[in-house]
Amino acid sequence: MLEKEVCYEATLDLDFLDEIYSLPGGKEIKRCIQCGTCSGSCPQACQMDHAPRKIFSLIRAGFRDEVLRSNTVWLCSSCYSCAVRCPKEIKITDVMYALKRLAIKEGKAKRGKKATILSKNFVGLVNKYGRNHETELMTRYILMAEPFNALSFIPQGMKLLVNGRLPVLPHKIKNLDQLRKIMTKVEELGEI
Amino acid sequence: MKYTYYPGCSVRATANIYQDSIDAIAPALGVELEELDDWNCCGATAYMSVRELMSFAISARNLALAEKYHRDLVTPCSACYLVLNKTNHYFNDYPEMRKKLGQALEAGGLSYSGNINVRHILDVVINDVGTEKIASLVKKKLKGLKVAPYYGCQIVRPEMGFDDPDDPKSMDILIDALGAETVKYSLKTKCCGASLMGTEEKMALKLCRELLADAERNGAHCIITLCPLCQMNLDIYQSKVNSLFKTKFKIPVIYFTQLIGLAMGVKPEKLGMKRLGVKVSGEMKRIIEGA
Repeated sequence: MLEKEVCYEATLDLDFLDEIYSLPGGKEIKRCIQCGTCSGSCPQACQMDHAPRKIFSLIRAGFRDEVLRSNTVWLCSSCYSCAVRCPKEIKITDVMYALKRLAIKEGKAKRGKKATILSKNFVGLVNKYGRNHETELMTRYILMAEPFNALSFIPQGMKLLVNGRLPVLPHKIKNLDQLRKIMTKVEELGEI
Repeated sequence: MKYTYYPGCSVRATANIYQDSIDAIAPALGVELEELDDWNCCGATAYMSVRELMSFAISARNLALAEKYHRDLVTPCSACYLVLNKTNHYFNDYPEMRKKLGQALEAGGLSYSGNINVRHILDVVINDVGTEKIASLVKKKLKGLKVAPYYGCQIVRPEMGFDDPDDPKSMDILIDALGAETVKYSLKTKCCGASLMGTEEKMALKLCRELLADAERNGAHCIITLCPLCQMNLDIYQSKVNSLFKTKFKIPVIYFTQLIGLAMGVKPEKLGMKRLGVKVSGEMKRIIEGA
């Protein structure tokens, strides 16, 4: 639910739309006709604070905080159903990614705490090995995000383990140095 | 037919049975997969949630490495397929992105022209090998086996072009060619929850329950899939769905390549069939063992 029922213009962030608009793939957002196809297509819409259609409306109205603090983006599973059906060809999933990054950056990702832990550990492993190491990712994630719930992961872990689907050792790429040079350059250039 | 092969991290770990089945059937299909030397992770959905340009840059290293072979780049993983294709789109559609990615690759002594064609292995099997050839390789009739094709999300979206985003038919046609029966059900492209299984477990389990229920209601003996994460969620987590929702699903969830192998008469253990979370039983066991 919206936290404020009445909102004065001074408290809104009217540059929010421009910020989203300037992202690659974000410019189509101004074309949104509020048809609701996205919300109707979303498998998670019924669980969201604001379904996708409403998120776009809120972005355009400048409700920056409500958008970034909502659970919406953290329930998006990147299935792209909305994006493929949008009559205005808005890259909705990519806007959701952009909102996730903004929420993390501004410390507003409360609902996304676990997703952030998962993503950051994933990034850490890829930076370390050049590849994901699923066994280590799961272990790290469980210990950091669900330490008191760790036992509940055992049955699934065991199923993978006894079936030989949980390798202990990571695969490391040979030319990690090359990958690191590419990544250092990206740091220099800065994100778009 | 020779392709450059991008396995992705999952088929080397939790989805290694997918790789086993691909190795077991590829020679008979006339598909030669040469692994891309020193490939790195595509970034999947998780990297994109934290960094955008960085995510595209690591993905682009693979495309740049693949370019010198002048062949299509083939992957069995839906997420890799989507991410590598998306990198291509952003590289080609956004000049600013192209410029920065070009500079980043150059720092690593690489360059990329934007011309690598990224394809899913299902696309290769259906459109390059063709169902006629596949039907000719069938040694074991799977008559009576009711198979629900589960496409999941990322394979046909957004507009990758080899099948319809809402009503894909590639695996339906394949099932027919193998002599089994395609189960029609409405949720064949509905999401399984993907990585939400880690972060929002109950919600993902609910999505899986709906999928399993829809397939079962329509008579499926098994589900076939083409994505490592879909397979893990529906197979390994099926027992968790059962305990949370008091359901009794016992539906084997296998890769489409395993089904092809079974029909070709390849030994089940060579296809990783013995390493499923939900073992083959009941009607399916009767059909594949009796045939």
